[in-house]
Amino acid sequence: MSEVHAQTVAYVRDTMLDQREPPLSQSGAYKWIHENLLSSWVNVVLTVASLWVIWAVLSHVVPWAALGIWSADSLAQCREIRDQIYGADASVACWAVIGERWNQLLFGFYPTELYWRPILAFVLFLVAIAPVLFASLPRKMLWFTLAAPFVLFWLIWGGAIWTPIVVALGFVIGWAVVTFAGPAIGALGGVVLAIVAPLLYWLLVAGPLADALATVLPIGLEPVKSNEIGGFMLATIIGVSGIILSLPLGIVLALGRQSDLFLINKCSVIFIEVIRGVPLIVWLFTASLLLNYFLPPGTNFDLMLRVIIMVTLFSSAYIAEVVRGGLAALPKGQYEAADALGLDYWKSMRLIILPQALKISIPGIVNTFIGLFKDTTLVVFIGLLDPIGLSNAIRASTQWNGIYWELFVFIGLCFFVFCFSMGRYSLFLEKKLRREHR
Amino acid sequence: MTTMTDPPGQGFRLSQLIYDTRYRSLTIQVVAMVLLMLLFSWLVSNTIHNLQNLGKDFDFGFLTQPSGYDINQRLIEYNSQMTHGRAALVGILNTILVAFLGCALATVLGVVAGVLRLSNNWLVSRLMSVYVEGFRNVPLLLWIVLIFALMTESTPAPRAFRGDDATASMLFDAIAVTNRGVYTPAIHFGTPFFANGFFNWLVVILVLGASLYAIRRLHHWATERQEATGDRPTTWYFTLGLLILPTAILMVLMSAYLNLPELKGFNFGGGIHLRNSLIALWLALSLYTGAFIAEIVRGGILAVSKGQTEAAYALGLRPSTTMNLVILPQALRVIIPPLISQFLNLTKNSSLAIAVGYMDVRSTLGGITINQTGRELEGMLLLGLFYLVLSLLISGAMNIYNASVKLKER
Repeated sequence: MSEVHAQTVAYVRDTMLDQREPPLSQSGAYKWIHENLLSSWVNVVLTVASLWVIWAVLSHVVPWAALGIWSADSLAQCREIRDQIYGADASVACWAVIGERWNQLLFGFYPTELYWRPILAFVLFLVAIAPVLFASLPRKMLWFTLAAPFVLFWLIWGGAIWTPIVVALGFVIGWAVVTFAGPAIGALGGVVLAIVAPLLYWLLVAGPLADALATVLPIGLEPVKSNEIGGFMLATIIGVSGIILSLPLGIVLALGRQSDLFLINKCSVIFIEVIRGVPLIVWLFTASLLLNYFLPPGTNFDLMLRVIIMVTLFSSAYIAEVVRGGLAALPKGQYEAADALGLDYWKSMRLIILPQALKISIPGIVNTFIGLFKDTTLVVFIGLLDPIGLSNAIRASTQWNGIYWELFVFIGLCFFVFCFSMGRYSLFLEKKLRREHR
Repeated sequence: MTTMTDPPGQGFRLSQLIYDTRYRSLTIQVVAMVLLMLLFSWLVSNTIHNLQNLGKDFDFGFLTQPSGYDINQRLIEYNSQMTHGRAALVGILNTILVAFLGCALATVLGVVAGVLRLSNNWLVSRLMSVYVEGFRNVPLLLWIVLIFALMTESTPAPRAFRGDDATASMLFDAIAVTNRGVYTPAIHFGTPFFANGFFNWLVVILVLGASLYAIRRLHHWATERQEATGDRPTTWYFTLGLLILPTAILMVLMSAYLNLPELKGFNFGGGIHLRNSLIALWLALSLYTGAFIAEIVRGGILAVSKGQTEAAYALGLRPSTTMNLVILPQALRVIIPPLISQFLNLTKNSSLAIAVGYMDVRSTLGGITINQTGRELEGMLLLGLFYLVLSLLISGAMNIYNASVKLKER
């Protein structure tokens, strides 16, 4: 056979050929463009349409933004400079407003000579929040995180150093009661005492104690009033306090809604549904108009604090629904397994149910936080000076009367950076916590 | 033989209330109840004291008093001589109007953007990502004021449309976009059946609804016929006729004509005047919510596994049939519940109308009425109740729809 084969086949290749380049239509940019942009006539139309949209937007925005004028004292001066350089009918941005009002946009009307305090507070806040966000950092940093709220409060609002210290002491008392008195009087009694003792301390002892200490040792910073705080500082303070306070409250509400206890269950349901059924702006007006009706006559406390309370309650109802979804998504076996191990309710929740439920609900929780941060802009309607409120104030001044886009673009970009990075962090966390194999 | 499981008979001890799980839940609830009652009575007594101190009472009588303020955007007859209650109703209708328009446009935008974001076309999907991320991460309030500024600052004044050297022109000679709002043609009736315009439109809507119902019956009949004989009768010309003819005949009977906007004096007259406040609010709400809906739609389509499409193709179904009968019914099940909450969000966000001066219920009942009468407590209570009822209604209606597309499990 092989001889026949040798006779019929004139030539047999005995070496391998080198690999050839793939044809031009199957490689490189050509293939990519063909597959991703021009694969069918619908795609061609879509590509042309999107190119037109991109061109239409960029051809207006890019020259406007890139040719913008950065140094001027007023809009009129901006226009003079524009007339000199580009001619009268050119449309260019006047970024000078951001440079000139930079401090106001960031700090509102915070005293200029005290700007170091919010800046330092912001840096300390980043240090405090870092060990919570990234597990690879040393755990000892969490001690600073615990102290941070009091330090930050003192730095921003100033006043005697004793007020935050005395308030913090209340938490120490509660902790001490649980740790030392708890074993002696039983768990339930310990918890009740740990709630009652600090409350009594704050109501009766804390005020006089702080005053007495302040008269003996007058250490403190110059006090700053809430209505002097504005701009992105205000948005950050309200947003961050709301985020930190609403998470535990939301979890408690979610547990309440899942609870077997009839009364607790119904109360949680009503609270959540009423809060969610009414827009935040109505709640904010309630805080500014009505809260004084519900409190003892003569009480009057800070508008900003009222707003923080309202924002916290509002977003805690949303977080409760997100966490409830997570709780409902857990297989029933997890609850039964926790019961079978003989864990009591709080232990089973803390050790078995909540870690899994919260992991599932991370995207929803972060979305709620992003929503809360964006909603801080609504405080402009009850007279607080958030960035949008400040943009109105800047426009009302004679120098910058008639300036719109530059401020809107700047504020929008700042919010975008904040919110987008929060969203990215949630994706990072999801990836890190994913345990099952994919 | 005696069983050892029964504990020795002991009376009820008080400590059982805390340590016995049978009674503990009861104890906790009673304590919670008492605390709650105390809190409530404290709040109520505070309120009563405060009201007394201010010399106010709790009374809804202000709703029947003349309001004394005007509302520029209204769906029903209203003037400043009418009552606060009527003003609140105008506001309620305005809220419902913008919520309805917003939900409709947001759904369209969201579905288009969500589907396009999954497109094979790299450029289109990136463009949609930019849209979604851009709108989701910037406060709605900023979008509202931005679009409002765009509408008032970048559009021509009515006088730009005047004369031979007009710098601006109307779209199709029918729609004028000016800095005072958009003027569109309106349909007027020459020989209306009723003096009140509202009833005429009700008749039109009823006829249209009857047509749609008849078309549905026709399709039902065609399907039954197909199942019985295997042939589907051709129905499209019946469908078209049923859809158009009755309404057209009605329009001719009432001699309907288009009332085009035209320049009169310093402003446009005739047609429908959509104020910038309404348009800015509507567009901003729709674009913002549309970005969220796009993500929901994308997630819903991705949630249907690829095997479903492949199985449908293996059965020989065409792509359009596959989409209608296989993919969409399954995707809708995932999409509907979050879509409901987006509609609710849009409705509640419409209260941001305050930023552009659109007269919704928060601006009339919760704004000017409260300022004029000093009835904060009653006004805010009614306002909250309205939003609560509206939210519950929307979620109730959508839940019924949700139940109809839900997976029917045995």
